[in-house]
Order: sequence, then structure tokens, then C-alpha cells
Amino acid sequence: MENSRRSFLKIAGISALGLGTKPVLNVFASGENSEKREAEIQKNPAALKAKRWAMVIDTRKYESEEDLKPIVEACNKIHNIPKHTNKRHEIMWIWFDEFKYVFTNQEHEFVDDRVKHLPFLVLCNHCEKPACVRACPTKATFKRDDGIVLMDFHRCIGCRFCMAACPYGSRSFNFRDPRPFIKEENKEFPTRMKGVVEKCNLCAERLAVGKMPACAEASNGAIVVGDIYDSESEVRKLLKNNYAIRRKPELGAGPAIYYIV
Amino acid sequence: MLELAIKGSKKYWVWILGLLTIIGIAFIVYLWQLDFGLGITGMSRDVSWGFYIAQFTFLVGVAAGGVMVVLPYYLHDYKAFGKITILGEFLAIAAVIMCLLFIIVDLGQPMRLLNVLLYPTPNSVLFWDMIVLNVYLLLNIIVGWNVLEAERNNVHYPVWIKALAIFSIIWAPAIHTVTAYLYCGLPGRGFWLTAILAPRFLASAFAAGPALLILLALIIRRTTKFDPGKEQIQSLAKIVTYAIIINVFFFLCEVFVVFYSRIPSHMSHLQYLFFGFHGHGALVPWMWLSITLMVTAIVLLVIPATRKNETVLAGACVCVFAGTWIDKGLGMISGGFVPNPLHHVTEYIPTVPEVVIALGVWAAGFFVLTLLFKIAVTVKEEVSGV
Repeated sequence: MENSRRSFLKIAGISALGLGTKPVLNVFASGENSEKREAEIQKNPAALKAKRWAMVIDTRKYESEEDLKPIVEACNKIHNIPKHTNKRHEIMWIWFDEFKYVFTNQEHEFVDDRVKHLPFLVLCNHCEKPACVRACPTKATFKRDDGIVLMDFHRCIGCRFCMAACPYGSRSFNFRDPRPFIKEENKEFPTRMKGVVEKCNLCAERLAVGKMPACAEASNGAIVVGDIYDSESEVRKLLKNNYAIRRKPELGAGPAIYYIV
Repeated sequence: MLELAIKGSKKYWVWILGLLTIIGIAFIVYLWQLDFGLGITGMSRDVSWGFYIAQFTFLVGVAAGGVMVVLPYYLHDYKAFGKITILGEFLAIAAVIMCLLFIIVDLGQPMRLLNVLLYPTPNSVLFWDMIVLNVYLLLNIIVGWNVLEAERNNVHYPVWIKALAIFSIIWAPAIHTVTAYLYCGLPGRGFWLTAILAPRFLASAFAAGPALLILLALIIRRTTKFDPGKEQIQSLAKIVTYAIIINVFFFLCEVFVVFYSRIPSHMSHLQYLFFGFHGHGALVPWMWLSITLMVTAIVLLVIPATRKNETVLAGACVCVFAGTWIDKGLGMISGGFVPNPLHHVTEYIPTVPEVVIALGVWAAGFFVLTLLFKIAVTVKEEVSGV
């Protein structure tokens, strides 16, 4: 009883919101056939929202590749990322590499031993000014208001201009049908077809239902995702108390992935 | 005038059938690529553009190079070129068609090509490249066809055609500039991130295009009754001479800036191309061959005695064409991707199916070129009454 009353109120509240916007919609609809009104999309009330999403990776909280493998694996599994046998066809959303490759501009001979041998996670930087979005000729890749850079797999023509534009090497192209190379398909996330580009989506599909990104969830606290414009958020607290670096900041793309070293 | 293309000697038909055979084989291989995906090429996550885009880049240059016979005639009233402007315009048509085909065979989802028009995106240089290439194609078709038809009917071409011709002269550098902008505006690719890229592209275009025209003119003189003319060939040779010198000069400017500043992300690509990088150097012999060819060509072209000897000139033009082709058609694109943004080296070598498809596109271009030149040359023969 209690439950149904609550859901009734929920629907009523949302309906009221819908009615409230009706006059506004009518202004735009005037002159049009009033019967033909656009469907409204109901937002999940549990969705996590941010003014701008950012990620802080605390590299002090892990030691070896073994600590990072479950993180990469979690992403691969959830997003139906194929495991190709040919390295040329490889698809990677999140992976790890040595400091000298991840921070090409900050590497030096005398980097301390821990950092030198520590693997660093690499993924899409969800840039403030994404070069890939600027280059895409069809708007198949775009930046959302909350800073997440997404792909429309159905619009992408596979020209790979975005791959040339990305200064971080974060994008992959489906050189062949990925489906036969997916071990266990997650029915809740679409598989892709050959000929389109893909990359990390900061788990936009999980944020939409109130879940944190899969990598953060699998990281034992080493990865924190939150709103960088919310001074009370955990990412802000981490950045306030620790010195963090970003990849290739001199390019001005404004990457949203921070690394505490 | 189209009917002129279907009346030819036995040799003509053998050549046409040869080209159609290559196109047919390449088309079958393309159907395989369409079915399997671009995985049948040598491209990879790290080198995501390869032979196709490189051919496209080189051929935009050839197309733009056609303007080098059109410009002196319409802007400087250099009468001698009036005889051969049509060859420049028709070469441009064939080259642009090849460019468009190379873009199409490079797409992962070619059936979505029209998305570029359905969702026009002025931010993207590719959007502008699509516009400039198609307009240039249209301009050359209209101008070339009308001027030739006027010549056939022994009348002067209409005034509006001259206006369009002058417009196409401005448009020609635009197509190659925009093509250079595809690459030189990308923040993380040190090899292309240089303001000299567009000028370099233009210089090599104005060398390669006219060099090919000289070779075609010599072939036409041999195989038909139409002589493009000694003076015309020599004038073109001078254009090639200056353009190839400027091209090498621009390249050396780039080499100086890169190696004197010693910025690794800019240096590593030239190191990879010319000396090998971390033990990888598939393109090293090619790049040195390219330099050797261009320098040899400069020597042969600068010395008047060798330039005026048409046999030597033909050799020099082959050197120019091959040298600039290696530079742009092999090194320019994959060189920009090696090493990758994380400074890893993944080398790129085109596969056999990839080369066959590319050959098919070249054959399609030469097929169009043959038909157009056949029409043009037959009209010239008719008019001169030989």
C-alpha cells in the first residue's frame, strides 16, 4: 500500500512537471498540428548528475598490473569489448602502460623507482575542448553538457578523423565485426558493428541509473569519479589535498582525468 | 562529344579493356573489404589512416596542379597554353574522381556517407574538404566541356565560362590548402603540426601535376596526330623546375625547425622516416629514394641543355612524379602516426588487397582520363584538319 502510494506520488510529480512545461512547448508548437506532440523522455530520478564529471586516479593505492587487471576486465565485460587475436584490430577503452608512455612529456631518467615501474591507467580524457569532437564530420562524437564525450555508433561513418585528432590515442576502430570475439555478451549494453569508432564513455549508461563507473567500482577506492565543480565532492577534496597531474596539459584540451602520483 | 570516346583504334580498346579488368578485379576485392571490414588492410589502432588516404592526399595535389596550365592562359593571356588548358582541366577531373573514390574506400561505413550532408558540421575540416573537392570537380567539368565544345564548333567560348575559369584558378590552391588543414590542425600529431604543411603540399602539387602533364603530352604526341607543342612542354618544364625546388626548400625548412629545436614529439616522426626509430625503419629506403629522385630531377631540370632534351626531360618528370608520390603517397600519412601518441612504434605496411583496391582506383582514374583525353584529342585533330 505504502509502496503504491509512493509510486503514485512520483508519477504525479513528474506529470505535474510535464504539465508545467506544456505552455512552453505550445509556443513552439503553435501553427503545427497540435495532435503531433513530441514524446518526452522521463529521466531516471536515481541518475547521478554533475556540472562536469571528472576522475581522479590515486596511483598510490595500487602496486602492480595485478591490481589493475580487474579494473580493465570490469570495463571490458560490461561494455562488450571484443578480445581480438590480431593486435592491429585491438579495441581498448581503458588499459595501462608505463609512466614514460603515459606521461611522455614528464618522463626523465631519474624518475623514482615506484613510479618508473608502476603501471598507469589510460582512458579517454573527456576533454573540456575535445579535438575529436571538433574533427568529426557528422557530429557522431559529441560532448554532453556534463562534460562526457560520447559516440553515436549509428551515425559514425568510420572516417577515423577523430582517431587522428585525439592526442591521447584513446580511440579504437572496429576493423572487423567484433561480435565473434566477445566471450560473454552483456545484453544491457549494445555491441558494435564493423566500421565504427568507439571509446570510453565514462559509463554514461551506469551514471544514468545511479551507478558509478565500472572502473571506479572495481578499483578499491583508487579511482574516484565526481563533479569537479562541486567543492564538496570527493574528487575536489582529493585534488585539494594532493598534487595531481594530467596528460599533455600543454595542448590545452583540458583533460578531466587527474592522476595523483 | 561523348561519342568520340567510343570510336578508337584496336590499341585504344586494348588499353580500355586492360583498365576495366583491373577495375573489375579491384571491385571484387573491395566487396571483400566491404564484407569483412577494413581489417583486410594493414591499418591498425595506431596507424588508423594508410595507403588510401595517402593516395587521396597525393591526388588532390595532382588535381590542383592542373591549374598550372589554366592560370597562365586565363590570367596572363599566355596564348601558347590555350592549346593545352583542356588537358589540365581533364586531368583535374580524373584526379578529383580518384580522390573521392579513395575517401569512399577508406570509410568504415560507406553507406552512411551522406551523413556528412545530413548533419553538416562546419567545425570539421572534412566537411569543407568535401565542399571544395566537389565544387572543383564541377568547375572543371563545366569549363573544360564548354571550352572544348566551343573549339569544336569553331566559336569563341562564352564570357561566363572565362569567369568560371578564373574562379577555378582561385579554387585550385584552396582544395590542397584545405586538404593540408585536415592534418596540420591536429594538436597531438607533431609531424603534421606545422604551418609549412599547406605550402609544402602546394609546391609538391605544382611539381607533380605539371610533371604528369608533360608525360601525358609526350604520350599524346606519340600516339595521336595532335601535338601539344614544344614551347608548351618547355614552359611546363620551367614550372615543374621552380615548384620542385620550392618543395625541397620547404621540406628543408621543416627539417631545420624540427632538428634545431629538438622537440621530441616533432623530431621522432622524421627520425622514423629517415633513420628508423627504436629499431623500426620500413620506410627509410623509400624516403631516401624520394630525396634522391627529387634532387636528381632538380639537377636535370635546372640545366637548360638537359631540360631542353625531351627524352631527358621525360626522365626528370618521372623522377619528380615518383619522388613526390613517395613523399606524400607513402611517408606523409603513416609517418604522422609513427610513433603513436604514447610514443609506441607500430609500423604500417599496406597489405596486398589494400594495394589491389588502390590500383583499382588509379585504374578508374586513368579510365576517366583516357576517355576525356580521347575526346579532347579527337576534337583537336578534327579542328586542325589532320
